[in-house]
Amino acid sequence: MNTFKDDKQRAILKEHKVIQSLATGPTVFDETFDLGNFKKKFGIVVVRYEHYEIEFDLIGIHPSLVNAFRRLILSDVPSMAIEKVHVYNNTTIIQDEVLAHRLGLIPLKADARLFEYRTNENADYTDNDSLEFELKIKCTFNKELNNSSCADDLYKNNNVYSKHIKWLPRGNQLKLYKEIDVGPIHDDILIAKMRPGHELDLKLIAVKSCGRDHAKFSPVATAFYRLLPEIKLTRQVEGEAAERLQKCFSPGVIAIEKNEAGKQIATVRNARYDMSSRNVYRYEDLKDAVVLSKIQDHFIFTIESVGAMSSDVIFKEAVGLLKKKCLCLLEELQT
Amino acid sequence: MGEIKTAHSNKILSDDMLKSVKEIEDKWKLVPAFLKIKGLVKQHIDSFNYFINVEIKKIVDANNKVTCDADPLFYIKYTNVYVGMPDVDEGFNISKRTTPHECRLRDMTYSAPITVDIEYTRGNQRVSRTGLLIGKMPIMLRSSNCILSNKSEYELAKMNECPLDPGGYFIVKGQEKVILIQEQISKNRMIVEESKYGIQCQVTSSTHEKKSRTFVFAKAGKYYLGHNMFTDAISISIVFKAMGILSDQEICQMVGITDLRKFTPTLEECHTLKIYTQEAALRHLGSKLVAKRYVSSVSKIKTPWDEARDLLATTVLAHIPVEEYNFRNKAVYLAHMLKRVIEAQLNKNALDDRDYYGNKRLELAGSLLSLMFEDVFKRFNWELKSIAEKTIPKIRATQFDVIKYMRSDLITTCLVFAISTGNWTIKRFRMERQGVTQVLSRLSYISALGMMTRVNSQFEKTRKVSGPRSLQPSQWGMLCPSDTPEGEACGLVKNLALMTHITTEVDEYPLIRLANNTGVIDINTVSGDFMNARDVYVVFLNGCIIGLVKNYKRLIGWFRLMRRNGFISGYVSIYPNHLHRCVYISSDGGRLCRPYIIVEKGKPLVTKEHIQDLEMGIRSFEDFLHDGLVEFLDVNEENDSFIACYEKDITIQTTHLEIATFTLLGVCAGLVPYPHHNQSPRNTYQCAMGKQAMGTIGYNQRNRMDTLLYNLVYPQAPMVKSRTIELINFDKLPAGQNATVAVMSYSGYDIEDALIINKASIDRGFGRCLVYRNSKCILKRYANQTYDRIQGPLIDTTTNKPIWKHNILDNDGIVSPGESVENRQVLINKSVPVISSAPPGGSSTSSVEYRDVPVCYKNTEPSYIEKVMVSTNEEDAGLIKILLRQTRRPEIGDKFSSRHGQKGVVGLVVEQEDMPFNEYGICPDIIMNPHGFPSRMTVGKLIELLAGKAGLLEGKFHYGTAFGGSKVEDVSEELIKHGFNYQGKDFFYSGITGECLQAYIYSGPVYYQKLKHMVQDKMHARARGPRAVLTRQPTEGRSRDGGLRLGEMERDCLIGYGASMMLVERLMVSSDQCEVDVCNKCGRLGYCSWCNSCKSSVEVSTITMPYACKLLLTELQAMNITARLTLTHYCQ
Repeated sequence: MNTFKDDKQRAILKEHKVIQSLATGPTVFDETFDLGNFKKKFGIVVVRYEHYEIEFDLIGIHPSLVNAFRRLILSDVPSMAIEKVHVYNNTTIIQDEVLAHRLGLIPLKADARLFEYRTNENADYTDNDSLEFELKIKCTFNKELNNSSCADDLYKNNNVYSKHIKWLPRGNQLKLYKEIDVGPIHDDILIAKMRPGHELDLKLIAVKSCGRDHAKFSPVATAFYRLLPEIKLTRQVEGEAAERLQKCFSPGVIAIEKNEAGKQIATVRNARYDMSSRNVYRYEDLKDAVVLSKIQDHFIFTIESVGAMSSDVIFKEAVGLLKKKCLCLLEELQT
Repeated sequence: MGEIKTAHSNKILSDDMLKSVKEIEDKWKLVPAFLKIKGLVKQHIDSFNYFINVEIKKIVDANNKVTCDADPLFYIKYTNVYVGMPDVDEGFNISKRTTPHECRLRDMTYSAPITVDIEYTRGNQRVSRTGLLIGKMPIMLRSSNCILSNKSEYELAKMNECPLDPGGYFIVKGQEKVILIQEQISKNRMIVEESKYGIQCQVTSSTHEKKSRTFVFAKAGKYYLGHNMFTDAISISIVFKAMGILSDQEICQMVGITDLRKFTPTLEECHTLKIYTQEAALRHLGSKLVAKRYVSSVSKIKTPWDEARDLLATTVLAHIPVEEYNFRNKAVYLAHMLKRVIEAQLNKNALDDRDYYGNKRLELAGSLLSLMFEDVFKRFNWELKSIAEKTIPKIRATQFDVIKYMRSDLITTCLVFAISTGNWTIKRFRMERQGVTQVLSRLSYISALGMMTRVNSQFEKTRKVSGPRSLQPSQWGMLCPSDTPEGEACGLVKNLALMTHITTEVDEYPLIRLANNTGVIDINTVSGDFMNARDVYVVFLNGCIIGLVKNYKRLIGWFRLMRRNGFISGYVSIYPNHLHRCVYISSDGGRLCRPYIIVEKGKPLVTKEHIQDLEMGIRSFEDFLHDGLVEFLDVNEENDSFIACYEKDITIQTTHLEIATFTLLGVCAGLVPYPHHNQSPRNTYQCAMGKQAMGTIGYNQRNRMDTLLYNLVYPQAPMVKSRTIELINFDKLPAGQNATVAVMSYSGYDIEDALIINKASIDRGFGRCLVYRNSKCILKRYANQTYDRIQGPLIDTTTNKPIWKHNILDNDGIVSPGESVENRQVLINKSVPVISSAPPGGSSTSSVEYRDVPVCYKNTEPSYIEKVMVSTNEEDAGLIKILLRQTRRPEIGDKFSSRHGQKGVVGLVVEQEDMPFNEYGICPDIIMNPHGFPSRMTVGKLIELLAGKAGLLEGKFHYGTAFGGSKVEDVSEELIKHGFNYQGKDFFYSGITGECLQAYIYSGPVYYQKLKHMVQDKMHARARGPRAVLTRQPTEGRSRDGGLRLGEMERDCLIGYGASMMLVERLMVSSDQCEVDVCNKCGRLGYCSWCNSCKSSVEVSTITMPYACKLLLTELQAMNITARLTLTHYCQ
């Protein structure tokens, strides 16, 4: 493995297997772990920060820690979701349970940090552990005469969307939040289809819980990471082969440049974009020209928030949770 | 074959011509066009239509006169018969049109009145009546008399009927019943086979009146005729003489044997018995007749001589008509049979194959019903006759009017009974068959459709013969090679392929005329010598000889030409058999046939333009038939043709081209993507499992109230489709979901095909299903003016609220929809009068005593009430149906299966965070162990995954059609285009350690079916519980909360281990322990420490024994057998 000139930990992606060099450096689990050193090596670089999505690099950190963050985000960071549905009237064709299940999966804007967990199942709902909504809708014939045979023109309210969910403020909630801050994030989620005569009259109660309880409480669509790829060309690839090589990787990974001799040669422009498709191994002649690897302590972390909390906040929450858990453990150990 | 040789010389010439045969693009589009008019369920409907529109008229016509011996002037004559539209009797003789759905809900029979026009005598008057009801005929859905026929989707929706429902079944007492297709050996055909004595030729003749079997066989160098009419086998020469062929030479010429020595012993027999005349021969036959069990007093007693002649004319080879005792036709037939036997003796190749599909006929609903109807109709007439005979001699005030005695319930009940039980008893043929009908399985759309194409063989299931069970080469394209159950019915129950059509009967007369016009010579005009001349072929039509032909090629050529031009029916088949030197023409019903593109001079007649016309809707399949581009071939004619599978295989000899290769599979096998890549038993397993998959049943599933119905909450159309899936609308009524599958090992809970499921996927609705069950209750009225009643809930006096059991009852005593019911709560609070049979006494009905018979809910898991139906049934009794619903999410132990016969149960449900994920953050819904692949060799599943994945990225459906579908190279190319690995293997990270996995994981979407077997319905445990009354042992089975049996083998283990106390505990203490008093003196059982036979309590001791033992002892005692017990102390 002399292709790489530094001493970074790498996983080499062979044609049929991955060869990992196991972590030898000090980790949090070792006696030799030195926080100062870790601080020096560790870095976070935010690469992309969009509305619901964040992509950032975690450099110089052990996979177990990164994974812990990922796991915490998925199943421990709480959020609000509809948990109880009181059905007063449901004459639609959709069954009560299925309707309740669908409603539960609607992401809510409410910030779970402002609410408390419910500890007692049977206790009454209070204004700081729950939100109450209402879905009252009735389908009727459209009075305006038109010759259309399209259901949308013939009937009124034939589709029930998440925008039809109305918030019922409880106690002093009205002072604290605005409807837009607690209701469904997206207003075009189809809940049910109706026909004239069908009616829905529901009371919905949203509570705070975490993803372990039910996937609807997970604050993210998904959170995951990947290792930073590194691609090395071991020999010059030129001409038609260079073009083929370029096609084997995600766009932007391989560039084709002209060298002094005027030949088209392939160079690695930015390995970061490679998604490990390993399609080079299809070509016998290119197999030996590249070494695909991944740097084992450089993580590209992506969080796709559902929308209640911005994705960076979710990560911070996860870090906070880990800290809390650690403190909890230490406390347990001491007693 | 001579023709091929000449063709070979043309081959060089034609080679460049053949190169121009290009693939006809989209010729598979003929398949949907075909399915519009024929195939699948249409054969049931066609056959039923033929029955109610044509055959029923023939039957009534054949039995149109009822006379009576008591009054020679009396007669009833049926002039016409009609079957109307289905209706329901609303009381007071008012009837109303009904819909199938109403019948399903109200447990009624979907039947239409059969009315007749009659002419009869009343006294001396001749009266005619029209529209007289004689019974009701259950109507097949979507047949010509069903109100669903020719209705638009909108109209069907108004009638609560699913437009995709195939029809072809009956609704009898609210149950959907299918008359399965019955397979049997064809009637009226010779079959030469080896029997106990040697070679025999067998013919089962079947006409409307008679059914008989005739054998010609060789025994000890002589030839005999066997028939159950005769006590003995009769030398064939005597039969010939009885038929009027007296000269031995003539017999020999007719049979056409070259080696006379073989036949002389048979001829000699005549001479030893001194039979030289027809009369002598008949007298001999008369002496061998089986004595009749009852002598009909009415008919004049005939001489045995006469009787023999009659029977020879009507019963022996009954299907050959004999007019005015001219036996020539029958004699020629018999000679032919004999010839076949002699030929088979010399050449084993001349033996027929019983399992060959050309020798089989499929009986459909129409023909089965017509047998049944004819039988009942005859009985109906016979009953009328006997009533007339009884009543006419009596002198009465009013004139005898038969109409009053024509009751419609005989025919109605007979037909309804036959269809609802499946017992087909036809008295005149002494036919008794069970299991002809089955309840239409509505587990999934596929199971219902699969049932409609099922073919049931008449063969016994218990016999261990491989012949009828094994795949027959002649089955190609007609019956699905994959779809057959495993186990005892394997190979006996089959399914039709996609393009199979079963013929209905075609009139013979035009065919005879055509044959006569194309050189067929009447048999009566030629000598036996000519019959067996070299180039003369015998022409058979439906098993009867119609003549001889010198130039058979011309005959066949003409017939085919006429058929292609539509002058004779397209379902008539004609083919030569060079070994028999015969030309067979068939126009009978029940033959399997299938359409092919005609190829002439190395060119298929169907061209691209034709297909374009088809696409534009200018052409229909009928046009293709009519223009002679496509024709139907039955199994026999198929074997006389040269059929190319693909255009590239066409040579100059080719006569036909396959329309689409995937049609050789059936409906169920058509669901499997890439079945040609799978090991064949896997496709068979999928065919069985596809029927258990839950999903959608029909667009009207929410309006149905079935006893059991499984639905998927979020069914999906498969990512990898096939042409068949589209043709049968499986994509509109799917049963399964596309799951992202990672093929890897995970934990230890995935051994033996167990699956690992992502909990987040379940939370989001994967595999969620609805289970509907119904609860029924009938409110009767009794003869003594009492009736069942329903009362409101019982109110607890202290709380003033209904008691828990009645908590969910409405004020009317029936549960209200939307409520959740728990175990043992009451659904309907019904009570029944205690005395219902006795006629009401003098006292009024005010003080009727009632007994509570509530309908309770029995299930440990609660259900919701979906809806309640209150109605009346056919008998005008109240009918209440309650639909109960459960929603279930997948749990450990639920059974899932892919479409490749790969079933597995859920072994573990894993949190999303523990699931592996790839570079794109995708984590699988299901993890499947790779050990499932090597031994199963389901390569099709691997390709399905790959094609599905590419389809996801591209946003389109890929096709996995049999013998076609998207190619792996193309699919791989698509994956590369989207930056995925071309092999479908992705780089994964472990969700538990966070490190990357060492191997690349094969992952992508695979269509998974949830099967109906769920743990919730099966799990069972018991510590204490109910016991059987008689033996006091624990009850058996889950439904009775039974115990778990320690069986014989387990007992043997314990004995072998020597764990005697354990045995005692298991078999006695925990089962039916019982303390009995035994008298030491007499050894008998006593009670209460008292021996009743010794009249003392001195030596009575108490022991424990199983109650079953005590029961045995007392039962023996009741039979006057005393079993005495001798007790010793166990320490001694």
